[in-house]
Amino acid sequence: MRGLVFDIRKFTVNDGPGIRCTIFLKGCPLSCCWCHNPESQTGLPETSTKSISFDGRIFREEEISGKWMNIDEILEEVEKDWIFYEESGGGVTISGGEPAFQPEFLLALLREMKARGINIALDTCGYTEWKNLAVTMDYVDLYLYDLKILDDGIHQKYTGVSNKLILENLKKLADSGKWIVVRIPVIPGINDADEDFTALQSYLEPLRPGVNEIHLLPFHTAAENKYKRFGKENLMKNIKSLPKEALLERKMELEALGYIVKIGG
Amino acid sequence: MDVAKAQDKNMTDRINKLRQQSLNAVNLINAERAVLVTEFYETGIDRQVSVPVSRAMAFDHILRNKLICINQGELIVGERGPAPKACPTYPEICLHSLDDLEILDSRKKVSFKVDDEVRRIYTEKIIPFWKGRSNRERIMNSLPPDWLDAYKAGVFTEFQEQRAPGHTVLGSKIYRQGMTDLLKQIGEEISRLDFIQDPMAYEKREELKAMEIAANAMIKFAGRYAVKLENLAKGENEPSRKSELLKLAEICRHVPAHAPRTLHEALQYYWFVHLGVITELNPWDSFNPGRLDQHLLPFYRKGIEDGSLTKEKAIEILQSFWIKFNNHPAPPKVGVTALESNTYTDFCLINLGGVKSDGSDAVNELTFILLDVIEEMRLLQPSSMVQISKKNPNNFIQRTLQITKTGFGQPSYFNTDAITQELVRQGKTLEDARNGGASGCVEAGAFGTEAYILSGYFNLAKILELALNNGFDSHTRKQVGVISGNPEEFASFGELMNAFQKQLEYFTAIKMRGNNIIHRIFADYMPVPFLSLLIDDCIGKAIDYNAGGARYNTTYIQGVGLGSITDSLTAIKYHVFEKQTISMKGLLEALSGDFKDYEEFRKELVYHTPKYGNDDDYADDQARLVFRMFFEAVDNKPTSIGGKHRINMLPTTSHVYFGSVIGALPDGRKAHQPLSEGISPFQGADHKGPTAVLKSASKIDHLLTGGTLLNQKFAPSFFDGDEAINKLAGLIRAYFRMDGHHIQFNVVTAAALIDAQKHPEKHRDLIVRVAGYSDYFNDLGEDLQNEIIRRTEHQGV
Repeated sequence: MRGLVFDIRKFTVNDGPGIRCTIFLKGCPLSCCWCHNPESQTGLPETSTKSISFDGRIFREEEISGKWMNIDEILEEVEKDWIFYEESGGGVTISGGEPAFQPEFLLALLREMKARGINIALDTCGYTEWKNLAVTMDYVDLYLYDLKILDDGIHQKYTGVSNKLILENLKKLADSGKWIVVRIPVIPGINDADEDFTALQSYLEPLRPGVNEIHLLPFHTAAENKYKRFGKENLMKNIKSLPKEALLERKMELEALGYIVKIGG
Repeated sequence: MDVAKAQDKNMTDRINKLRQQSLNAVNLINAERAVLVTEFYETGIDRQVSVPVSRAMAFDHILRNKLICINQGELIVGERGPAPKACPTYPEICLHSLDDLEILDSRKKVSFKVDDEVRRIYTEKIIPFWKGRSNRERIMNSLPPDWLDAYKAGVFTEFQEQRAPGHTVLGSKIYRQGMTDLLKQIGEEISRLDFIQDPMAYEKREELKAMEIAANAMIKFAGRYAVKLENLAKGENEPSRKSELLKLAEICRHVPAHAPRTLHEALQYYWFVHLGVITELNPWDSFNPGRLDQHLLPFYRKGIEDGSLTKEKAIEILQSFWIKFNNHPAPPKVGVTALESNTYTDFCLINLGGVKSDGSDAVNELTFILLDVIEEMRLLQPSSMVQISKKNPNNFIQRTLQITKTGFGQPSYFNTDAITQELVRQGKTLEDARNGGASGCVEAGAFGTEAYILSGYFNLAKILELALNNGFDSHTRKQVGVISGNPEEFASFGELMNAFQKQLEYFTAIKMRGNNIIHRIFADYMPVPFLSLLIDDCIGKAIDYNAGGARYNTTYIQGVGLGSITDSLTAIKYHVFEKQTISMKGLLEALSGDFKDYEEFRKELVYHTPKYGNDDDYADDQARLVFRMFFEAVDNKPTSIGGKHRINMLPTTSHVYFGSVIGALPDGRKAHQPLSEGISPFQGADHKGPTAVLKSASKIDHLLTGGTLLNQKFAPSFFDGDEAINKLAGLIRAYFRMDGHHIQFNVVTAAALIDAQKHPEKHRDLIVRVAGYSDYFNDLGEDLQNEIIRRTEHQGV
């Protein structure tokens, strides 16, 4: 079985405990306008043009984003860093795109990794049929569960889909007893107002103690170049990066409620 | 900024002043030692006594007559010159010409001021006396033409050409024995000499007599300090400083004559010994006290227990001790070396942590106090390192990482368990190995028992260039190497490797022959009786340190350019023999034209060819191969003072010089650019992150070396918070589990980030933490890059 992978990164230190390797699976049901991996959205390999400035000349090169890989190939890469996972209490994070966008492949990959004793974190947007998530619970050690906007209308406007399924799935997952971290990309002008945080609190409250940890990910303009390179329209062009400090107050508010809160991953 | 940082912290007013004095002092050349040593040899006494005795008498003459310098408020006394950073010369080793003095005075980096008086003394006295008599001239006249050709072509450098061997670190001896104890031992050894059965009895007696003179000279030298301190006390009105001066005088009367009783005495004793070693001659990688947290612990604990010492007082004495090192820059060199090299600090590498001689965890309360001192002093010298064993606790690494984060390159991280195995493989006892550590840059040694002499850097990439040109050197326009075949006729990569090996073996043999000549010259003409007092078993064997008197004698050749040679061989394998994207003829043409009209091909070499540093066996296999060949060519070959040759993998700054004598290389590096440094990948060649670099670097067998050097760049944000620190600790632990010898974290400065913006191809490996995640700096948009630069500036690194 093969899956479409758009990147495998070593020494990722913000996607769960310890030193990790993150596997980025391609394809996502959402199309968030702040997405920092725009090349991850479609479920097919994509070609882009990269220009390299070299010796005073500009060389243009075609670059294919997305590679069909089988599980052994992925594991060979992942297991190269075993010793680092062991010494730091790390492991592998599967991210995307949306990993559950390739549900059979995801399940096969999880099974094989679990069999080898790898600590697994799954970074999901939650927008998938419940059964696709339910089957992962036997293998996943940590869920990094992305929540964007509580208001369904606004959610649809900025991500292209309704948040109903996402919110329901998190409720179900919260009962599982698994370690769950809710990750919120905080986007200026879209979900950083007081009422956004009030809505968040009232949604999360009943999910406790299942959900007890929140990571606030301040918006940054890191993907600007990628949009250019892939010829995609960057809707966030005029929005500035949010400094970490701007979220300190939010962090303290949530901590006062008893949550474990981090800014950044 | 620096100063403000320091003042915020735990530093008394006097320490702050002394530190400032040291930072502000200007390096200058001082002729005091040159004049005294010349005066001594002008008497002609050296023609009436044996060489060791005359060297000891010269040492005595210097210590008897040099100016005594005591800086206001200091708690550890003794300067090599008449003032901080006044640097002596060693004309008997290497004579500076007036041109050399001019270069030192005017060069941009690390200049040494030379005043008219020094120029006059050199013109009238020093140069006329020593011209044609210095050890350097003796060496150069003794070396064969093939050595000189290889040296000029830049195949290797020679450490002993301008400085004495002396690469060693002190063990625990002085904390147990005073000079009077050593004198007693010397007397016993002399009385035991058997002039009937032992044909070497005369040589031994002369060496022992020389040691005796040197030990007495040191006791008298300390006595001169005591007298000066007592005189200062007389004129001092401030009662607390007055009693302090008298106390210091008392200390100088007790040590080095007798074993120290207190922490203060122990440090003052060490400092006298240090001055003795660096005054006697100018040994490489200046001497240091090594395992300071082990040696001082009993004195510290005793002082705390009996109430004679407080933690604060201990810190103040240690800080005063630290500043003394910074007052002593390395003696400047001559010729080409003086022109281009700016590594003018000596490498006094203080070791913390590690294991005790019984193998147990050696980290103690003093280890953490010393880490505080390092952080607060923030001085270039002494340099510092931590030894990390699997037995050491994590909080030791975590505390050290917090200092690394502040971005002055210290302390560096060493693998105790690897060092121990390296030393045991070479034949040391387990106990002597555990009492060892690393000194200089990264060199493993058994402290107090070993002479481990670095003989020179060896240009691995140059060997390939010579193999690709059938032994002809286009830099000096001369057939320097052996005939190893025309590369255009090589049918396989294996044939190229055979040619490479042939050149490698030819030049390592030349280097070792040279080493064996130079060792004898030092043994016969430049003994060091004072240093010999300190290193076991020189007294017992009655043999000088420079003649093989130490328990263990090792001579290192340091391989340079592992990343460059690996990538170059890999590129040939990949493009010429496998993919056949270019013929050997085409490649040679591209190289000789420095890639002119081959820009597209160079781009392929840089961006689309497997490279060392990415945990890719396709490239890393060549690193293994070259390493193995180098090891087998050198390891275990005898030296002329009864030791063995071994290899190291470290460059200091020689990768820049070595690059300057090589044309374009098949890895895409253009002519005369620096080579890769240490065992690090070529700058920008690694793009899979630090774990891949560490994996690649651990594919060579570190345990077969006496040291390897690996630098890793990190943005300061990687050190933010306990979790991040723990991840870096995990990274170190993992590298050390793979037998990595050393790793050093360079915290990236804002200036480096700005350079990366301008020259992205040089910084492909640069990873920064963006809010919440990490990314390659090159991949970020300009705005975000600017933002990160601003943030880095703000963090003050």
